[in-house]
Amino acid sequence: MSQTRTDSAAAQAAIRANKAKKRKQFIRALFSRKIVLVSAVIVVLIILVALFANQLMPFDPNKPSVRDRNQGPSAVHLLGTDEFGRDVLSRIIIGSRVSLIVGVLAVVIACIIGTSLGMIAGYFGGIVDDVISRIAEAVRVIPQVVLAIALCAVFGGGIVNMSIILGISNMTVYIRMMRSQVMSIKERDYIMAGRLQGNSNARLMLRHILPNSISPIIVTMTQQIGGTILSEAGLSFLGLGISTPTASWGTLVSGGRSYLLTNPVYSLAPGVCIALLVICLNSLGDGVRDALDPRLRGEL
Amino acid sequence: MARYIAQRLGQTLLVLLIVSFLTYMLVDFLPGDPIAAMTGGEISGETYERLYKEMNMDKPVLVRYALWLKGALTGDLGTSQSYHRRVVDIISERVPVTIYFSLLAFVISVPLGILFGIISAVRRGSAADTAVTLTANVCCCLPQFWLGILFMYVFAMKLGWLPSSGFVWPHEDLLLSIRQTIMPLLCLAIGGIASITRQTRSSMLEVIRQDYIRTARSKGLRSKAVIYVHALKNALLPVITLMGLRLGGLIGGSVFVENVFVIPGMGSLLVNAITSVDIPLIQGCVLLIAVFSCVVNLITDIVYVYVDPRIKVA
Repeated sequence: MSQTRTDSAAAQAAIRANKAKKRKQFIRALFSRKIVLVSAVIVVLIILVALFANQLMPFDPNKPSVRDRNQGPSAVHLLGTDEFGRDVLSRIIIGSRVSLIVGVLAVVIACIIGTSLGMIAGYFGGIVDDVISRIAEAVRVIPQVVLAIALCAVFGGGIVNMSIILGISNMTVYIRMMRSQVMSIKERDYIMAGRLQGNSNARLMLRHILPNSISPIIVTMTQQIGGTILSEAGLSFLGLGISTPTASWGTLVSGGRSYLLTNPVYSLAPGVCIALLVICLNSLGDGVRDALDPRLRGEL
Repeated sequence: MARYIAQRLGQTLLVLLIVSFLTYMLVDFLPGDPIAAMTGGEISGETYERLYKEMNMDKPVLVRYALWLKGALTGDLGTSQSYHRRVVDIISERVPVTIYFSLLAFVISVPLGILFGIISAVRRGSAADTAVTLTANVCCCLPQFWLGILFMYVFAMKLGWLPSSGFVWPHEDLLLSIRQTIMPLLCLAIGGIASITRQTRSSMLEVIRQDYIRTARSKGLRSKAVIYVHALKNALLPVITLMGLRLGGLIGGSVFVENVFVIPGMGSLLVNAITSVDIPLIQGCVLLIAVFSCVVNLITDIVYVYVDPRIKVA
């Protein structure tokens, strides 16, 4: 009896060591390409800016000042001021929060709804699968921008509603991925063994199937954050997403377009921020995918 | 084959039915009173009652859905509350404009994207590859609306070469039309070229690694023949999927460009419909866009069976 216990302890230590080794390998593979490293640094910087926005902002982003309306860039207002005399740089800094929060929250919502539905469809099959798959297909045929715009009418703007809207319009990918993953995993022997032991469906799904099918889901999540941020900016630009006075990069681009002649930076600078963040997030996502794919890591 | 097509057609019809139901129900959840929105609220109680009956608001939602669907099938999507015209008439004015831009952008971006993709895949690791890949990755992430504003600032305001916005058809004023088309078209095409380049490159690289390419090379075929005959044929399959997706999203895909350049197309119509809570118009727009994308999906699937014999016709 005691012999088996030491055995299993040794085995667990070996598994842990193996996991640590894998993690180290993953990190080395991830940052082996310079562009991924640079992207990671920039993303971290943007996150820090969002976290310490209150310390970094030179002015109150929401405080209007009649005297300072529509100024071009100057030593006081580095990126000029908007039509209410608010400091554009401060508004860009605080706007980073909206992009990051909505980007992450929407992807998490999409993932939770999508994987649950996909898992249920794949696990139970039959009519449940038919219903979920058909609805997912119906949602998928509506182009994503159009779906998000239509949902804006129902949910309205705001950070949480935006996340829900973008979550719903992104979820079908997870439904399809999870469904096909589960369908192949549920036929494996260890699931059968688990079932024979008398485990409930819920336990089998959450404890055994989910952990074994999660890694492609995580890759998809990292790759979707950038696109989601882009969608949020787009909806806010159209005036359907985050509404004033909250600053978001999309609304800033839209707000500045009437003042292109007096202060082009007002409209163009937040767009550069959107592009920079999305480019870095996407190349980070590609890096994660490549690092997790053994074929590209040179192991196969 | 006929059976496969029939089966896919059946699936498409089912999906469309679900889409129409979801669209109807979704919009039905909208806050606000449609009659008040239509009339501006200043009507007597009797008129309200009459309109209430006329718009079938007294009937259960499923009955209303059935009536709406019946109308949609016969080409009647109701009357817009903000334009006070038939939804079908408004849409049929707007659709050609959007198709004009999107189709032009599509026609430009497909050959260019495939060309760049091949160049960078064949010369993997070269300076050309790095330049193409980097540019494509960056262009994929540029917000379309921002690109539009940038172009507008540079070409219309600073250089004064092009008009900053507006739309006329080529047969109305050819020169003005061309000048007005350039910037929106560039905005639409850049993203398309970038994503097709990326897809072509990655699927070319995938194919080049396959055994039959090595076989073709080792039996002494010229490398041009290997690339353009053997590799490209197979590498283009995923590109066809992407093309289908882009074509399917064509009617709804130019929302931002239409907004920036004040083009009276479907995208700006949809946004107007949403901001003015014009329920029949929203339903009509979403339904039409979904039908279009469904039909394109169906066609893509059928084309796929022809070009890829590996797909089993069940």
